[in-house]
Amino acid sequence: MNAAAVPIISLQDVSKTFVKAGAASYVAVDRLDLQVAEGQMLALLGKTGCGKSTIFNMIAGLTEPTSGVVTVNGRNPFREFDWFRGHMAIVFQSDRLLPWRTAVQNVELGLEMLDVPLEKRRATAMAWLSKLGLRGHENDYPHALSGGMRQRVSIARAFATDANILLCDEPFSALDEMTGRTLRAEFVRLVKENGKTAVFITHSINEALEIGDRIVVLKRPANIALDVALSPDTTIEQKETIRHRIQGVLAA
Amino acid sequence: MTMLQESSPSWGVVASRRTLTRVLPFLVVAALWQLASLFFPPFLFPSLVDVFKRCFEILVTWSEFSDVLATVGRILAGLAGAFVIGAALAVLMVRSRSVNEFLSPILTLFQGIPALSWVVFAIIWFHGIEPRIFFIMVMTTLPAFTFQVLAALQAMSRDLVEMVMSFRPTRTKLFRVMIIPAILPDILTAWKVNLGNASRVVVVAELVGATGGVGYELLQQQQVFDMAGALAWTLQLVFFVLIAQGVLTLIESVAFRYRAVSERTL
Repeated sequence: MNAAAVPIISLQDVSKTFVKAGAASYVAVDRLDLQVAEGQMLALLGKTGCGKSTIFNMIAGLTEPTSGVVTVNGRNPFREFDWFRGHMAIVFQSDRLLPWRTAVQNVELGLEMLDVPLEKRRATAMAWLSKLGLRGHENDYPHALSGGMRQRVSIARAFATDANILLCDEPFSALDEMTGRTLRAEFVRLVKENGKTAVFITHSINEALEIGDRIVVLKRPANIALDVALSPDTTIEQKETIRHRIQGVLAA
Repeated sequence: MTMLQESSPSWGVVASRRTLTRVLPFLVVAALWQLASLFFPPFLFPSLVDVFKRCFEILVTWSEFSDVLATVGRILAGLAGAFVIGAALAVLMVRSRSVNEFLSPILTLFQGIPALSWVVFAIIWFHGIEPRIFFIMVMTTLPAFTFQVLAALQAMSRDLVEMVMSFRPTRTKLFRVMIIPAILPDILTAWKVNLGNASRVVVVAELVGATGGVGYELLQQQQVFDMAGALAWTLQLVFFVLIAQGVLTLIESVAFRYRAVSERTL
């Protein structure tokens, strides 16, 4: 067990079953116990359809577990949905920028929800765009930006609210390898620099090894098949061993 | 080897061509009308000079121009009423499947009722002229507004709504930052379409049940066989529709400047 003593995200005996009219019910998550410590960067790895997104949605408060308890910051993210305004931010698989807003206006979105005055939110948004190398593009509409730039804007949007928890749903999977790698490195740096807790969903072993300081591999229906910790001291050889273990679990 | 370079036409030439393309159909219709006026009596085809004289008279005579304004006011009031009610119904329909299932057939039924029937119903049900016309305008444009706003709400990107929801917006902010900008293009299209419909319906309503307005004046012209007058009054309404469409187009060009423009258009 690699979770630290004080979990900021906690799933206790959580199950999620989807019931469709006229069809057999489908268990997406099966009695999952998962704790994420504050400041931890957890890579949640699993095959397509293993329930990663369901776990993600339960932590985000977008869906409720069928049984078990999900808490974030000690609160129920589904029932106390509004409390998490400004406490949690999400980076999605696609950039999901509002096409009618410029880059800077998109970054300001979360701050608007927090009633931050225009001047302050503009300054914050500009600062984040600069950090992500988008100075000069603040007034561009999404259609005028490349895929990588758009995803940078969406990362800036998530960081701008200064939420202490970041949920990321395969945010770099749609980008080319080089852009993805660069953005991943930037993302890890920003998470560490700003002391965030991040849950990063991925189906790429390489990405999990690059990003996570803890990797949880899920079996189907979602439950922990492997839980490994990484540190800056983890050597390339050790990472290779972990990779083989993960491959073995995923192949099973 | 000599390279031949294609010279692109100047801005002035392009603008002139574009203007000519737009004006040409009107010029052709006007020329044909003028030609017909040479061969037919004025009560059938009056000369364009007479028509424009009458147009000018209407514009500078307050008692007549106030009739134009009354019609314009009725169109705008009817459309605004139908839009507010239609948008509210559409929101209810998108929020509740049972409301949708209940209201959709009723609105479809309303769509099948001819404007003239609504005129008759209004005369029977209401006393005042303005309530009658307002009722007719609302009932004839309400289904289209409702269905258009409903379709716009249903077509909103689920991904974008989810993204905005992830920031936990209040209901007001969700409307302001997401719903209104997302459905605005469809709302403006709905207004453009309904503006044309409303301008036709208002004339019918005024023709039968009013003592003023363009429709009423058209009836007066018909009774004295004054074709120039009938055309002049009709043109007042056409001008209004053209101006209103121009305003809507202007709003579109400002509000939707974020849209990407492909070099290879449809």
